Amino acid sequence: MSKMTLKTESETTIVVTRRFAAPPEAVYRAHTEPELIQKWLLGPEGWTLPVCISEARPHGRMRYEWTNGKGGFHLTGEYVELEPYRRIVHVERMHLPETTPDNRVETRFEPDGDGTLMTIRMTLPDAETRAQMLATGMERGMEASYVRLDGELSS
Amino acid sequence: MPTLDAAFSALSDPTRRAILARLAMGEATVMELAEPFEMSQPAISRHLKVLEGAGLIARRVDGTKHPCRLARAGIEPIDRWLAMLRDALTRNYDRLDQVLADMKPEKRKDTR
Repeated sequence: MSKMTLKTESETTIVVTRRFAAPPEAVYRAHTEPELIQKWLLGPEGWTLPVCISEARPHGRMRYEWTNGKGGFHLTGEYVELEPYRRIVHVERMHLPETTPDNRVETRFEPDGDGTLMTIRMTLPDAETRAQMLATGMERGMEASYVRLDGELSS
Repeated sequence: MPTLDAAFSALSDPTRRAILARLAMGEATVMELAEPFEMSQPAISRHLKVLEGAGLIARRVDGTKHPCRLARAGIEPIDRWLAMLRDALTRNYDRLDQVLADMKPEKRKDTR
């Protein structure tokens, strides 16, 4: 069940797919209900999500704040469309603290046997922005890796 | 010094990605690279210039030919970054697998 794919599509899109051994209703709920989101949307080891606001209705707000005890960053967004257990469209941006361009995200949940196939399609305003997002992500990812390495070295 | 931005920008074009895929199989001349595409050699040369500027390919001189090959130093940071993004997402989704398993009533009985 751990098969995940990540690829770029056209000039502005990143597509991620993943299968889960649970029905679409459960996977959808785990993406929209704060108390469930806080259990898994954590990134590298050592990070937590103490603030998680998810108003799962059109025009509803999203606000996720991550911390590793030493520092942190946050994400804000708005829900655009929700078809319960099937599809979510939302817009999000990161505050690192500099604000990244809006990322429009469509998440689909399709029945797949007795599980779910989830497809996330992230669309950035232009190719340049996607390149920047990927580049920024690398710096963040490396920072997180170093934080994790710190933890391993001190234990 | 080529940047990761330049590398991703270079990768945003499908022809350039196809050229890199071809070079992953081994060195090739401009003529060999132009063949599978319905493009003139000058057009391919322009794409090669972008890839070279981004540090993704290198060219050597062999008489009158200038065969191209992948530049490992330019490709590795992209590989590493993609591996890290994959790793962060993989960790999240592995945790989500556990959250979903705990949401099932029959499993809840076993684990609590």
